[in-house]
Amino acid sequence: MKPLYLDATDETPEVKLDKDKNIFEFNGKSLPEDVVTFYNPIMDWLDEYSANLNDATEVKFRLDYFNTASSKMILDILLKLEEFKDSGKVVKVKWYYAEDDEDMEEAGAEYAEIVNVPFEYESYS
Amino acid sequence: MIAKANTAKKIDYVGLILSCHDVMRSNNLNLVYEGEINQNITKAFTALAEQNLNEDKEEKSVVRKVYHVLVECLQNIYKHTDSQNPDSPGKRSNGVLLLGHDDNGYIVSTGNMVDLKQKEILIDLLDNINSLDGEELNMLYKKKMRDGMLSEKGGAGLGFIDISRKTNSKLEYHFETIDENKSFFILKTYIAK
Repeated sequence: MKPLYLDATDETPEVKLDKDKNIFEFNGKSLPEDVVTFYNPIMDWLDEYSANLNDATEVKFRLDYFNTASSKMILDILLKLEEFKDSGKVVKVKWYYAEDDEDMEEAGAEYAEIVNVPFEYESYS
Repeated sequence: MIAKANTAKKIDYVGLILSCHDVMRSNNLNLVYEGEINQNITKAFTALAEQNLNEDKEEKSVVRKVYHVLVECLQNIYKHTDSQNPDSPGKRSNGVLLLGHDDNGYIVSTGNMVDLKQKEILIDLLDNINSLDGEELNMLYKKKMRDGMLSEKGGAGLGFIDISRKTNSKLEYHFETIDENKSFFILKTYIAK
């Protein structure tokens, strides 16, 4: 399956989605003008991946900022991961936040309450 | 050209600059902008505000909150305008942005023109948000994130809720009637240090 790599910009995160290398990452900030256009290819990739999942999928979110419109898209990604888990595969989210960024830590906890996927938290300085 | 120049109102630039300077200083304003609000303006002003506050050695958590409020307030202005005008998707969104401070926090205030339908929607939305406590705002945010449909350009209606819960404050607003169809919407957010 073809991987999806997107470089970070000043308004969109770096994206690494690579089934063969078992790498699933979102890094940076997300505040695009049009979240749907940016996140659609990501959702399409995840849809295609869902047809032939790896045994274990660990998705890393290392975001230093996202706007509210992006928060909805991130939830959509997490709900997709929940589907993966429901199909019997191992799925885990690693949620990174700057050690002094309470809001980002809480955002992770809030997602963990909504979706039935195990979260692991890690702070960085 | 000459005739036009002769009839044009003479502008007192020296007086204007001095009074602008005076108004900004005496009201503790960090940034003031009037004009088109779009994604590039948003990025430029949030970067400028972030830099400005960092230079003042402001706490990172406060800088992050000011940054977030600016992003949400500004994006609201142009996403809202476009989504409300399907017939003119290229319509420009104009507005006013003001960032100021006092000893205890920062003030972000924006102003933009809305029609009467938008005004009613905004009043309902803001009054509802202002009637809720922190926990209720969290519940509403989660509910809207799950159920809310994104409008064409991705305004999820989440911005105001998030501003209120992240700043722990009520959203102050005012509508200044312009004519029978238009109102100028002014929103004020306070970010405590």
